[in-house]
Amino acid sequence: MSAAAVLFYVFAAMTVVAALGMVLNVRNTVASAMSLVVAMIALAGIYVILEAHLVAVIQILVYAGAIVVLFLFVVMLLNLRSDAFAVPRSRLVKLLGMVVTGWILWVFVRLLPGSLPAVKALPEGFGGFRDVGRELFTSFVLPFEVTSFLLLAAIVGAVVLAKRRID
Amino acid sequence: MPEIGVIIKVLFMVLVVMAALLPVITWVERKQSALMQDRIGANRADIAGITVIGLLHPLADVLKLLSKEDVVPAGANRVMHLIAPVLALVPAIIILAAIPFGGVYDFGSGPVSLVAADLDWGMLYILAAGSIATYGTVLAGWSSNSNWGLLGSLRGSAQMISYEVTMGLSIVGIFMVFNTLKLQEMAQAQDATFHLLGFLETFGWISHLPSWLSWLQVPMWGVVLQPLGFVMFLTCIMAENKRPPFDVPEGESEIVAGYHMEYSGMRFGLFYTAEFLEVPVIGTIVTTLFLGGWAIPFLSTQDIIGGLIPVFGVGAATGLCLILQVLTFFLKVIFMIWLQMQIRWTLPRFRYDQVMDLCWKIMLPLSLANIFVTGLAILLIQEAGR
Repeated sequence: MSAAAVLFYVFAAMTVVAALGMVLNVRNTVASAMSLVVAMIALAGIYVILEAHLVAVIQILVYAGAIVVLFLFVVMLLNLRSDAFAVPRSRLVKLLGMVVTGWILWVFVRLLPGSLPAVKALPEGFGGFRDVGRELFTSFVLPFEVTSFLLLAAIVGAVVLAKRRID
Repeated sequence: MPEIGVIIKVLFMVLVVMAALLPVITWVERKQSALMQDRIGANRADIAGITVIGLLHPLADVLKLLSKEDVVPAGANRVMHLIAPVLALVPAIIILAAIPFGGVYDFGSGPVSLVAADLDWGMLYILAAGSIATYGTVLAGWSSNSNWGLLGSLRGSAQMISYEVTMGLSIVGIFMVFNTLKLQEMAQAQDATFHLLGFLETFGWISHLPSWLSWLQVPMWGVVLQPLGFVMFLTCIMAENKRPPFDVPEGESEIVAGYHMEYSGMRFGLFYTAEFLEVPVIGTIVTTLFLGGWAIPFLSTQDIIGGLIPVFGVGAATGLCLILQVLTFFLKVIFMIWLQMQIRWTLPRFRYDQVMDLCWKIMLPLSLANIFVTGLAILLIQEAGR
């Protein structure tokens, strides 16, 4: 096995274990969030193996380094106790949930192969900040700018909502 | 064997910064505070009566911290409490991997670049590693089951996230000027000089500069090309470090000791080490981005090697150049450490709303304006050059 393959299996195992840790730690919100961080860092490792360096570093910088910190910030502000999520559910609700989840999974698996867009072969070594940046600001400039407007709208909306509470 | 080269570079960088600079910095901190406050400062720790002007105090500190009891408070989240100090310290150490402490030298068997990890996205790596350090602060306060600790963590996480945004934006200008994210290439680009009024020639306003203005030839350092970026980046990265005047997460007069108040012994020592280690690490980052890295002002690498070859021959001349430039790099780092100490003991702590206002209302708009003006200038110079 090549070094890249060994690293892939290590990071893949880390991702799966951390993702399971995130889902299974529902009662302990902070441990769940920290598992999410580990999953994201492991995913970034896989991106590096795939030579998608920009995605890897943004994954750590933005998701692991900023967004999950904000999750933790909210968790600490609300000071959630471990029983906050223990909502009593009846057997029927649980059964219904399983059926709906299974149905969605089945639809997803059936539609997936046909609905993926045709993958364009990328030039050798693509994935650095220079290539991705050039693509973003030439071929995909409209989606890029629309996304930033969407984010701006979300920020303004959040400020308006928060300010109403304070006033 | 390239692996051995990498190991040697890592060992060199870590040994110089952690084993040589770090203990001396704790001593300098004491002596400088004493100087500023008209005291004598640390001078009592001795071995058989020899005090070596107080230089034994770092050793005494470590011995004291190691021999103290490691207390985990009742009701604390044990795992998170034990992890938090490590998360605070590790990012500061791994950042050193991407810092070029010397140039690229050819000893006949291919170029040797004096940086452990010569990444194309080196600066982004540093920002990403730094962003992980926030977890140390957040988890420390939350896991100790203490209200003061929690308040310190809340302050710390909000402050660090806010300043990360401005820190990233304040160096976009540097990326644009040097047209790279690779730190070795940035340092190499600064190994040159340019004329402060050279743009008059570029735009064709005057045909050639008069010779009596030749003293305006300056090193092409980041601090000359991006003075506003330098001030903003230094401010942001000092706020990330959480030392005074940005130490609101610790704020002794308000929240006792903030996020690490429930820590004792060497676990507190790790927070203390992280805070002090960040001072030379900040020095290396700022030196590489803004102070020319390993470049000697007015003496480019070609000049040095070219001048030394007739005397020493090719191999020895390259080796001497390497030693000179590595020494230059660490001299600049020591200057940055001195500057940070000076700021730390000159300014009192900001109020928390002042810290936030400085970030969001003053530096964020300024950094955006800096990007716009830099882009405009680069565009105009490129157009004029055609």
